Amino acid sequence: MSVDTLFDFLGSIIPAMEGSGLLLVIAILIPCLLLFLVVAVNAIVMVYAERKVAAFMQDRVGPMGQGVGLHAGKWGLLQTVADALKLLTKEDIIPKNADKLLFILAPFMIFIGAFVTIVAVPFGENVIVADFNIGIFYILAMGSLGVIGIILAGWSSNNKWSLYGGMRSAAQIISYEIPAGLSIIVIIMLTGTLSMQGIIQYQAGGMFNWIIFANPFSFIAFFIYFISVVAETNRTPFDIPEAESELVGGFHTEYSGMRWSFFFLSEYANMLVVCAVAAAGFLGGWHSPIPGYFDSNGWGVFWMMSKIVFLIFVMMWFRWTFPRLRVDQLMNICWKVFLPISLINIFGVGIWTLVFG
Amino acid sequence: MGVVHGEEMVLNIGPQHPSTHGVLRLKVKTDGEIISEITPVIGYLHRCFEKHCENMTYDQVIPFTDRCDYLAAMANNFGYVVAVEELMELKVPEKVEYIRVIMAELQRIASHLLALGVYGLDIGAFTPFLFMLRDRERILDMFEMTCGARLLYNYMWVGGVSHDLPKGFVETAFQFLDYFEPQIEEYNKLLTYNKIFIERTADIGVLPQDVAISYGVSGPNLRASGVKWDLRRNDTYSIYEKFDFDVCIGDGGQGTLGDCWDRYYVRMLEIKESVKILRQALAQMPKDGDVHQALPKKIRPPKGSIYSRTETPRGDLGFYIESDGSPIPTRVKMRSPAFTALSVLGELAGGWMMSDVISILGSLDIVLGEIDR
Repeated sequence: MSVDTLFDFLGSIIPAMEGSGLLLVIAILIPCLLLFLVVAVNAIVMVYAERKVAAFMQDRVGPMGQGVGLHAGKWGLLQTVADALKLLTKEDIIPKNADKLLFILAPFMIFIGAFVTIVAVPFGENVIVADFNIGIFYILAMGSLGVIGIILAGWSSNNKWSLYGGMRSAAQIISYEIPAGLSIIVIIMLTGTLSMQGIIQYQAGGMFNWIIFANPFSFIAFFIYFISVVAETNRTPFDIPEAESELVGGFHTEYSGMRWSFFFLSEYANMLVVCAVAAAGFLGGWHSPIPGYFDSNGWGVFWMMSKIVFLIFVMMWFRWTFPRLRVDQLMNICWKVFLPISLINIFGVGIWTLVFG
Repeated sequence: MGVVHGEEMVLNIGPQHPSTHGVLRLKVKTDGEIISEITPVIGYLHRCFEKHCENMTYDQVIPFTDRCDYLAAMANNFGYVVAVEELMELKVPEKVEYIRVIMAELQRIASHLLALGVYGLDIGAFTPFLFMLRDRERILDMFEMTCGARLLYNYMWVGGVSHDLPKGFVETAFQFLDYFEPQIEEYNKLLTYNKIFIERTADIGVLPQDVAISYGVSGPNLRASGVKWDLRRNDTYSIYEKFDFDVCIGDGGQGTLGDCWDRYYVRMLEIKESVKILRQALAQMPKDGDVHQALPKKIRPPKGSIYSRTETPRGDLGFYIESDGSPIPTRVKMRSPAFTALSVLGELAGGWMMSDVISILGSLDIVLGEIDR
């Protein structure tokens, strides 16, 4: 389903407006709204999941409700909805000495970075908004837009803690994009395509055709990619930009209400995207692990989603198990461990393909 | 390439900050992430404890000692009543002594659990904190069973304790110890030997022995630097000489002697020793005996003064009490172990990074209620 087909389809049902500019705007807006819905629902579900996962790991029950009146519903299912309502109705505070324009702009910058990448994420054989021929490159490029928003937020708040958070995350995210990108080059070398669907189609035919099992180097590449994106999404053990016990709230110290929740929305949207790329790039995307086993069209979404959910669960598992690294240790791991290994990986995959390919 | 020096920035950590363990303000000079100078500013929780004591009878002071170190209220009660009893030359029944030791050691476990859990939180690990609080809760339940309060007990009185142990306390305590001992291994697996945790704490904030001694640092912080000094052994009080336990010292297990990891681990070891003491005390405690037997009708110590010290979870807690023979003390002075621990922070934290300062501060396990009094 692309904008073109939607445009033609709308033209066919409303012949009077066929080919008009207004129809084109509508044809663009509909997928956008749908995507926004995906992002919002994703955040609501994931916040609930994270709280429950955390609770069970910590020997608690997490959000619970008796299902009476305005309580949080059965098993606290409505907890995040209630939280969202609370955030929406909160007072909008902009610090007096903040750079107002940038302060308002920052959450949207971050959100855009997370939002536009979902366009190229394939959730099924036909469930993709736009299958660009440069899909994976587009995701990497757009994913790094978010860091501008984080720096803006840190700078414009006019708060020392925010500034610390902003500077830390700028260093961290930009550094970790390199090993993540180099690991993705392994995928591109093997598949010979940048298109997300092309990459997934390459991995058809059971789990041993998945890129993660293609050769030892791609196996390592998967783990480097996954750890790097955990750092890129600012999750524990790499959550130093918002390190609560050090920087109060990091770059979003001064944000509250809906503006703050945009940071949250984009964090979870980012998690979804990076896990989707990991699932599509290394774990066979919407292919079933066993060929012919629930491998029909509709099941593709199921397989893709279950792989994404598993990876997201692993991220949550990290968060509730590990302490936090220090900023210089984080950089050491990136530049002295991941970067050399990724470079060797690329070299290794090249040789492997030459010899065994 | 030369070292680039930017302009230094003054940063206030606290008084409202998640990791200052109360209302402490740290005035910090930073060059980017590197801290060059650190000055603790205290007094935000000052409640005139010592001045208050000059207008109250001896037994009215006890609830105030609760509120000094609110995380180890039993230990503070203990220190105060031991001082007054020494001044009055009062002998308390054996059962009371046992109850006091049991309470003090339970309190030590509870306090150390909170210290270790919160330390994990400072480093960024959330789950160990909740695990330890979960187990601390069971100790608080036992306190509640005994005296009705969970945090501020007013339990130990001059000459006795406020209530006898309730029915079934000994069994509950044994059940707790049986449950608790394996949990220590879980904490070790989850936090103590976690690679990231070791990276963050080993070799950080090394407190050399001579510095520790010259600053008057005491308790686990001193022992982590390798000094075998525990008042329960070296200047024994109550009935501690009856029990068999080790004084745990740091050994630089993961890095240098006296680093943050050592300070953390000494507390973990002390929990094990407290469990050992508790098992002995619970088994040996006399079944009968009136805990109110030795309570004096009127607390009126003879003219004179006393300095008495006990080992609280935070270290060497001293009480100096001066009496003029009236029911009201002329002067009560408290020597706070957390205060000396905080005073050494400036020595420890210079030159480290921002995250390390939080880690060093957490490892000293300070309680602002006791520092400000």
